Amino acid sequence: MTQMDTTTDTTTGAPTDTTADPTTAASGGGEGSDGLLAPVPDEDGAPFFAYAARGELRVQCCADCGEPRFPPRPCCPHCQSFDCLWKKLSGRGRIWSYVLPHPPLLPAYAAQAPYNVVLVELADAPRIRLVGNLVAARDAALNSVPPERIRIGAPVKAAFHATEGGLTVVRWLLERP
Amino acid sequence: MGATETTRTTAGAIAGAGATLKDATAIAGIGQTPFAKRLPESEKTLACRAILAALDDAGIAPSEVDAFASYTMEETDEVEVAKAIGAGDVTFFSKVGYGGGGSCATVAHLAAAIATGQASVGVAWRSRKRGSGPRPWTNTRAQLPTPAQWTRPYGLLRPADEIGLLARRYMHEYGATRDHFFNVALACRNRANQNPAAIMYDRPLTREMYMTARWISEPLCLFDNCLETDGALACVVVSAERARDCRQRPVYVHSAAQGLPAQHHGMVNYWNDDPLTGPSWTAARQLWKTADFGPQDVDVAQIYDAFTPLIPLSLEGYGFCARGEGAAFTEGGALEIGGRLPLNTGGGGLSEAYVHGFNLITEGVRQLRGTGTAQVPGAETCLVTAGEGVPTSALLLRS
Ligand SMILES: [Zn+2]
Repeated sequence: MTQMDTTTDTTTGAPTDTTADPTTAASGGGEGSDGLLAPVPDEDGAPFFAYAARGELRVQCCADCGEPRFPPRPCCPHCQSFDCLWKKLSGRGRIWSYVLPHPPLLPAYAAQAPYNVVLVELADAPRIRLVGNLVAARDAALNSVPPERIRIGAPVKAAFHATEGGLTVVRWLLERP
Repeated sequence: MGATETTRTTAGAIAGAGATLKDATAIAGIGQTPFAKRLPESEKTLACRAILAALDDAGIAPSEVDAFASYTMEETDEVEVAKAIGAGDVTFFSKVGYGGGGSCATVAHLAAAIATGQASVGVAWRSRKRGSGPRPWTNTRAQLPTPAQWTRPYGLLRPADEIGLLARRYMHEYGATRDHFFNVALACRNRANQNPAAIMYDRPLTREMYMTARWISEPLCLFDNCLETDGALACVVVSAERARDCRQRPVYVHSAAQGLPAQHHGMVNYWNDDPLTGPSWTAARQLWKTADFGPQDVDVAQIYDAFTPLIPLSLEGYGFCARGEGAAFTEGGALEIGGRLPLNTGGGGLSEAYVHGFNLITEGVRQLRGTGTAQVPGAETCLVTAGEGVPTSALLLRS
């Protein structure tokens, strides 16, 4: 893992030790056969999903000043460098907030409502709060954790779910289920 | 330098260190269509009706119009409007982005254009069939601005979900409760119950109705969400001098500002130091910097209310109370007529009509003319704000 960090091409942030280039591997998206929306990554966001497909939570960092930034973007707002790398994080965080959506919703989401959407503050990069779902297991339903188990501040860890659309999204499991 | 000295000596100056918008322009006319869940006419027709009503209110001929401003989400463009109403040669036109965040900026852009001599009669408008038309979030193909890849797959689909995340955190950090959000919903509903043009004119709201209403996105219930309305509104902006010769009492544009904070992310403002410090804080600093009065001198406020939690967040941003005190500010009838800060006196987006906040501008004008349906006695100053939680804008109006 450390090796992958050090062999990163700092212009694109892509690992150089593999034929599957994460900057281009994440394509597709749209609607999966289950009706849930798959991510439609842009050029800057594609590496995030490519690393997620390998079971890694990585965020874009400046190759010069080291500052993480999210969402990914072409240059560093702190030092204006265009060189970046994708740093591997521990995958740990805490719930910063959450909602329980009820209909009207898109049909596939209405079928699971009320489900949860959580905002997870990353332990290694507190300014980054990823939107996701708290689930009982990585492939479980969006409503698989009872709402009364959800608490602001609860520690969570990343899990990786391959969507029916083909891309992998980051989901969250309670550290103390 | 000498050039600076020269411009400074010009009253209501155009350029240089002395340039100011302060009271240089005024809203001379307002107009609107009826509001309904469904209106039979097209958005284009409704736009023309509202604009012609505003020009008639001002007593200005359509052929004198030489400037337009609207929202980027407005679907009737200047070419269509100008040729339909019979405008003259148009020398300024502008559109502002970010949905309801653009409302006040339409007036601000016209004020700047007129104060700098680029035009003389400006029309700002918004026409929208959001009541009978599609909900934008149901479009799964044309995803709304870039953050969609980070939010929508997880079922964070609607503006109510996006703001709900901030609302839950705000409740957690500051002890805000659903009763505080109810205070906002109730004040708007009470004013709508006095306004025959309001969608909710004959529909009172009780605490029991609120507390037992269906959820939309917990912690937000039905009554925390604005209406879905068909309708159009417009206003006419001219120089202060011209306004004094118009049919109506002038309402001066005292101060105007837009706000896009550093490292802001729009409605999904989750990726910076402090997501609860929204664009209102940025707009407010600029607004008050150029004003002759402060928050304590505001007689009546029209604050963008697509969702009830935007009110406490905006009360903090615009300086009516300290950070974290916005919810408590709503207690004891503070937002009602006779309270500390009468709010959304026509009923607002929650209970009069949701037309991307343009009805807050026209209601601000009515209050300063003294013709509101829930008139604040002797109101001389009004704050009008655009959508908080997105790049925003605001106006200070005075009579
Ligand atoms: Zn940097």
